[in-house]
Amino acid sequence: MTTRLMGQPVARVEDRRFLLGEGRYVDDVLTGPDGPGTLHAAVLRSPHAHARILDIDVSGVLDVDGVHAVYTYDDLTGPMAEPLPVLIPHPALTHGRTQYALARDEVNHVGEAIAFVVAEDRYLAEDAVDRIVVDYEVLPAVVGLDAARAADRLVHDDVPGNVGARLEQTVGDAPAAIAAAPHRLALDLEIERSACMPMEGRGTVARWDRDADRLVLWSSTQTSTGVRAAVAAKLGLDIGRVDVITPDVGGGFGVKIVHPWPEELLVPMAARALDRAVKFTEDRREHFVSSAHERGQTQHVEVGFDDDGRLLGLDVEFWHDHGAYTPYGLIVPIITSTQLLGPYKPGAYRVAFESMYTNTVIVTPYRGAGRPQGCFAMERTMDAIAAYLGRDRAEVRAVNFIRPDEFPYDHGLVFQDGRALEYDSGDYPASLDKLRKLIDWDGFAAFRRACAEQGRTVGIGLACYVEGTGVGPYEGAHVHVETTGKVKVATGLTTQGQSHATAFAQIVADELGVRFDDVEVVTGDTRRMPYAVGTFASRAAVMSGSAIHKAARRTREKALRLAADALEASVEDLEIVDGIVGVRGTDRSVPLGTLSVLSNPLRYAFDEASQAATQFSVGDAEAPPVAEGEEPGLEGRDFYSPVHATFASGMHAVIVETDPETAEIRILRYAVVHDCGHLINPMVVEGQIHGGVAQGIGGALYERMAYDDSGQLLNASFMDFLMPYVSEIPDAIDIDHLETPSPLNPLGIKGAGEAGVIPVSAVIAAAISDAEGFPITAMPISPSDLHTLREEHRA
Amino acid sequence: MNEIRRETRHEIRLRVNGVTHELRVPARRLLSDALRHDLGLTGTHVGCEHGVCGACTILLDGEPARACLMLAVTATAHEITTVEGLAGPDGEPNAVQRAFAECHGLQCGFCTPGFLTTVTAGLRRDPRPTHEGARDMIAGNLCRCTGYQNIVRAVERAAELESSR
Repeated sequence: MTTRLMGQPVARVEDRRFLLGEGRYVDDVLTGPDGPGTLHAAVLRSPHAHARILDIDVSGVLDVDGVHAVYTYDDLTGPMAEPLPVLIPHPALTHGRTQYALARDEVNHVGEAIAFVVAEDRYLAEDAVDRIVVDYEVLPAVVGLDAARAADRLVHDDVPGNVGARLEQTVGDAPAAIAAAPHRLALDLEIERSACMPMEGRGTVARWDRDADRLVLWSSTQTSTGVRAAVAAKLGLDIGRVDVITPDVGGGFGVKIVHPWPEELLVPMAARALDRAVKFTEDRREHFVSSAHERGQTQHVEVGFDDDGRLLGLDVEFWHDHGAYTPYGLIVPIITSTQLLGPYKPGAYRVAFESMYTNTVIVTPYRGAGRPQGCFAMERTMDAIAAYLGRDRAEVRAVNFIRPDEFPYDHGLVFQDGRALEYDSGDYPASLDKLRKLIDWDGFAAFRRACAEQGRTVGIGLACYVEGTGVGPYEGAHVHVETTGKVKVATGLTTQGQSHATAFAQIVADELGVRFDDVEVVTGDTRRMPYAVGTFASRAAVMSGSAIHKAARRTREKALRLAADALEASVEDLEIVDGIVGVRGTDRSVPLGTLSVLSNPLRYAFDEASQAATQFSVGDAEAPPVAEGEEPGLEGRDFYSPVHATFASGMHAVIVETDPETAEIRILRYAVVHDCGHLINPMVVEGQIHGGVAQGIGGALYERMAYDDSGQLLNASFMDFLMPYVSEIPDAIDIDHLETPSPLNPLGIKGAGEAGVIPVSAVIAAAISDAEGFPITAMPISPSDLHTLREEHRA
Repeated sequence: MNEIRRETRHEIRLRVNGVTHELRVPARRLLSDALRHDLGLTGTHVGCEHGVCGACTILLDGEPARACLMLAVTATAHEITTVEGLAGPDGEPNAVQRAFAECHGLQCGFCTPGFLTTVTAGLRRDPRPTHEGARDMIAGNLCRCTGYQNIVRAVERAAELESSR
C-alpha cells in the first residue's frame, strides 16, 4: 500500500533546479543566446513628492545611440490613457484615486512613473532617462498621518480632508457598554510603515509573437490571470490572444498581487509597437519608491471590562495611511478592523476607520495585511487590562476566548471578502496551554529573579491572533494522466516560494494513488489554467489544494470507470496503488497509462501503445467510441469555491532582555503555537513560520520607512533600510502545532503563509513593557526609542 | 546636449566555471550583468546592486565576491565560479547544495545562489564551524523567506557531509 503523503515532511521537488542555478526568474527570460534583439526599459520617476508637471522635453532622448522609443502620457491612447483600475471597489471608498500608467499633469509621490524609455540595454535606457527634462511646479507634500488628518494641504484637490474612505461597523452599542462597565481604559497606539521587500523586485517581459499572432508576457506577479485580464483590457486585445506566464518568483509577500503596474502595461505596449521583445526589471531603489508599502496606522482604543478582565465593550477608531493612490481599495484597513478581534469575544463592538491620502508610495497588503496592526491594538489592550487589574496576562486572555463549543462563531461583522466574519473552528484554550508550556510561562518569575541578581533585565510577553485564510472567490485545477502514466497538474495561482510543486503533488499522489515522483505541478500559466484568482491571503493551500484534491478525485473516478470496463470488474472492487489499477484479491490489473490510451479512441496509431486505442482494437462496435457523457482523455478538472474564509489561529510568546545602559533589545526565546488545521507538509509550514517571524522581528525592531517632511524616502536602499540578517534573528524559534481541521474544505486545511508575522510587534512590545515597567505604544522600537522612553518615564 | 556616441567596447576574456568566454563589453558593464545577460549564466541573481544583499555572490579565485560591485573588464585575470559551477563534473550537487535541500534551507530560491557560493568557500576555510561560526558564515547575506533557521542548519549539515566523505 502506498504511504499516505498528507502530513509528511516530503522533500521539495523544486529545490534541485534552484540549487543548480537553473531557476528561471523573470529577468532570466530571453537571456544568453535568446537575449540579442531584446530591448530594455527604464522609467523616469518623479523626484518630487507632490508637483504639477508643466512640461516634459524628450527631444534629446532619441539622439542616444541605441534608444528605440520614449513614451510619456501624451503617447498613450484609448484605455491606456485612462487611470489604472481600482481593483477592489468598495462602497465606502467614496474618493478612490489611481495613477495613470504615466503621470498626467501631476505627480503624487517620489517615484511615480513619468516617462518610459526603451533601448538596447538598460544602461543606455538609463542614459536616455537622464536626458529627459521635466519642468515641475513643486507643491507642498502631505507626509504622515498627522499631516493628512490636519488637512492643511491636500494630496488630491478634489478629496476633502485627504479622506479616501470612512467605514464604521457596529455590533451592539459599544459606547453605552463601555460607559456602564465597572472599569474603563483608553489607549493611543501607533505602527509605522514597512514593506514586503522580496529579494527579487518587480519585472515584466513581453513579446508579440507574430507567428502565432498573440502576446506572450512573463511577469513576476502573484496573479497571472489578473495581469492577463488587465493587459487585454488596457491594450484592447481579445483575452484569448494574451498568454501570461509567471516564471519562478523571488518572493512576493503581497506586493506582487498589485496589478497592473504601469510597467506591466507599458512593456507589452512597447513590444507590440516596436515588434521586439521588451524587458523591464526594476532595481532596488525603484522597488522602494515605486512599488508598495504597508502597516502605517494610528489607533485609539476605548474599552470597558469587568473585574475578571472580561470585555464588555470595545470601541476602536483608527487612521490608515494608504499613500498616494488606492488601487487595492480598503482591504488592509477592513482586515485590521475585523481581525483585530482575534480569538476574543469583544462584548459590544464599534470600529471606525478613515483611510487617508499622503504623498507617499501606495499602501497595499504586505504579509499579514492589516492583521499585525489589529493584533497590536487588541493585545496591547489585553495587557493594559491585565496591568490595571493586577491579573495574569494569560488569564485575562483566557477569560475572553471564544470557547471550542461556540464554533461556528459569527461576529456579526462583514469581512474583507464581503462575507460574514464567521469563524469555522478553533481551540484557543488548548493553544494557550501549549504556549504556556513551550515558553515556560509559569517558570518565568523565577528566571526573572535569577537574571535580576545578575543585574539583567528581562521581560516576557504573549500575543494571540486569528487569521481568515483561503478567501474566495475560487481556484481551479486540471489533472491529466499522460499515456506514460505521468500525471500533469495545473492550477492557475502563482508560486513565490511556498513549495506548491511539492505540497500539491502530495495531495494528488494520495488521492489518485500514483507515485509522488510521477506528479508534476505547474502554477501561474494561463495557457494551462485560464481560470484563477491569485496567491494572497494565505489562500493557496486551501483554495488550490482543495481544487486539486477535487480534480484528482474526478480523474480517479474516471480511471476506475475505464478500468472497470477493461478488467470486467465492478468499480467497488478496484484500488489504485502506485499508478496501477487492480482488482482487489486478484492479479488482474491495468496501469493508469494504459487507461489513458484507452480513454482516447484513435483513428491513427503512432506507437505500440496507441495501437491499442484504434477503432479496430477497442470498444463495442455498436456504441459510440466516446461514451455518452464522457470526454476523451484521462483527466479531471474541478474548482473549489467556499462560502467564506477558514480561520487559522496561533499564539506567540517571547522573552526579551533589555540592556540597562545601551537599551539594546535582545530576544532570548521565541515560541509559536500554530493551528492551520491539517498540515500538508509540516516542514514547509515550519519554514513559513520561521520566515514570518523573521519579517515580524524586522518590523518590530528594525524596519521603518524614513520619509522626511518633503516626502523623500531617506532610506531607500538595503544599506539604510535595516532588513534583518541572521544576526538579528534569534537562534531558535520553538514551534508547536495544534491541528483543528476546517469543516469548510475536503482536506480540513487552513492557510499558513502569513501567520508567523501577525503577532510579532504585539508580543515584542509586550515583553519590552514587561521588562521596563512602562507601556510600549508605538512600534517599531529602536534602542534609541527605548532610551528616550526611559528618560521620559524617569522624568 | 551633445549626441551620445556608441560606447567603446572592450574585448575581454572571462574564465567562468572552467570555460573561457570571449566577449565585447563597455567598460561600465557590471560583472553580474555580463554573467547573466551576455553569458546566459542566470543563476547569479541581483537583489540590490549595491553589494548589501549578497544574492550575486560569486567566487573569484575561490573567494566570495559581489558580482554587482565589479566591472566585467576587471574580472579577466581571475577564475570565476558561479552557482552553475558548484556541482561536481557529473552534475551532482555539492555537499552544500545537498544540505540546503535536506534542511529546507531555501524557499523562493532567489537569494540561494549567493548563500551556496558563500558557504562553499566558508567551509573550505573552516570545515568544522561552531554553531556561532555557522551563523557568522552567512551573516552577510539577506534572505527574506526562511528566517535563516534552516540555512544555519544547512551550513552545519554541509560540514557534516563534507567531513564524512
